Parts: sequence; structure tokens; C-alpha cells
Amino acid sequence: MHSFHDFLTMGGYAVYVWPAYAVALVVFVGSGWQSRRGLRRALSRAARRAREVSK
Amino acid sequence: MFTWLHKMGSPPVLYRFAERAAPWCKWAAFVLLAAGLVGGLVLSPPDYQQGDGFRIIYIHVPAAIMSLLVFGYMAVASATGLIWRLRMAHAVTAAAAPIGAAFTFLALVTGSLWGKPMWGTYWVWDARLTSELILLFIYLGYIAVVNAFPDQRTGDRAGAILALVGAVDIPIVHYSVQWWTTLHQGATLKLSGSSMATSMLWPLLTMMVAFLLYFCWLLSLRVRTEILHRERRATWVMRLAENGDS
Repeated sequence: MHSFHDFLTMGGYAVYVWPAYAVALVVFVGSGWQSRRGLRRALSRAARRAREVSK
Repeated sequence: MFTWLHKMGSPPVLYRFAERAAPWCKWAAFVLLAAGLVGGLVLSPPDYQQGDGFRIIYIHVPAAIMSLLVFGYMAVASATGLIWRLRMAHAVTAAAAPIGAAFTFLALVTGSLWGKPMWGTYWVWDARLTSELILLFIYLGYIAVVNAFPDQRTGDRAGAILALVGAVDIPIVHYSVQWWTTLHQGATLKLSGSSMATSMLWPLLTMMVAFLLYFCWLLSLRVRTEILHRERRATWVMRLAENGDS
């Protein structure tokens, strides 16, 4: 890399390199978010069930 | 090793282990991802043939390796679950499948984006690409099968058998570039010395470890979700929930 311009244009490959990294970002953030949400929901379901049982 | 695995067969022990491992995997993954991205996108020099287009491999290769590694892990865990009737082995298999599918999808998309400028086409029906696409369908099939039965144990067993049969695809994907004439190039990384300059190689190895750690982090979250669901009638889960543990 010689300049910031080279970095952005990726030596002419920008239309392939940046979408590839964008898809990777979406997959990483998406799977992380979905996994955390699943655990949060499972914990609140367990808490609800525990309250029902103790009533 | 076997005593450790034996202990992990206990749901509360496995749950606690996953809970404790999660932050370590998460932070190590993020640090290595940052290092790998800087190394791959900024520090490494352009390839003499592919220019800056080769930088796609810093995602493609780790994702492709993970797609095979995760399925191998699922096959081993499935076999363990079938042979020793370990419920937790099925839980850790089911937890891994969606992550493996995500890596496979990523490997296919990034490979396609690399193929267009380098091969002149987004897709060819050659051995490597087709067998990797089949791997994605096997992942999706496994997820569908495990959730298709009202009885958890039936679903687990059906899924485990599918995982073992589907594991046949792993060597096919790996050796496809040697067995058949394909557009896809052979392995760059070899134990006996790689055909890659160090300045290009270290970001790739860093990204591979980062992907593995990210998988471990997501797995630790999803394993806990699976246990909470599967053991929902167990008293320890009730007590855990009552204590407001989150």
C-alpha cells in the first residue's frame, strides 16, 4: 500500500475486495448478534419458568 | 483428556465451562481479527499476479477451513453421542451447525467475488465449488432434521446419523483439487513449508486463529442456549434463572 487512495481503490479490485469484506462483516456481526439474542431469550424463558414453578 | 470429556457430559459442568470460556475467546478473537485485518489489508504487499485482489483470501481461506473443521468436529461429537449415548454431545453438535453454515456461506461468497476478476466468472460447476456448496446443503439439512422431530432424542439421533454420512463430503472437498481437474488452485498452506511470502502469510495465519476463536465464542454462547432449552425442567436451571444469572 502506497497511499490511502490505493487502499480505497484496492489497485482496481475495490468492487470485489470491499464487498467480500462487507459480507464477512455482516456474517460475523449477524451471527454474533443472533447467538447472543438466543442466549438472552433462553435465560429469560428459564427465569419465567422458575417464577411459575415457585408460585 | 477422557476424564475431562467425561465431566463435560454433565450439563451444569459444561454450562459453567462455556460461561467461563466465553469472554476469553471473545476478546482474543477481536484482538486477532484487528491484527489480521491491518496485516491483510494494509501491511502485506500486493500480489505480483493478482494485485490487491488477493486480499480476499484473508477471509476466504479461513472461512473455508472453518467450514470443514466445524463439520469434522460435528461428526466426531455425533459419533460420541451415538456410541456413549451422551446427550451433551448432541447439544454441542446442534450448537455448532448454524456457525458452520455461516462460515460455508462466507467461503462460497468470497470465493465467488475472487473468481470474477481472477477466473472471469463468479461460479463454475467444478469439483471444489460444487462439493463446498453440497457442504452448505448438508449443514442446512442437519439443522432442519434436528428440529423436525417433536422428541429431542429422535431428532438428535437422526441429526447425528446425517452428520456422520455427510462427513464423507469433507475429504471430497479437501482432495477435490487433486482428484479432479478443477479451476481451483491447490493448497497454499502446507505443513512442509508454504508457497507464500512471510509478509502475506502471517496475516492469514492470524485470521485463521481469529476465525477459530470467534467460532469458540459463538459456540460457548449457543451451547448454553442449547443446555437451557434441553434441561429446562432440571432444578439447577431453575435455580440459575432465579438467581438472575445472565
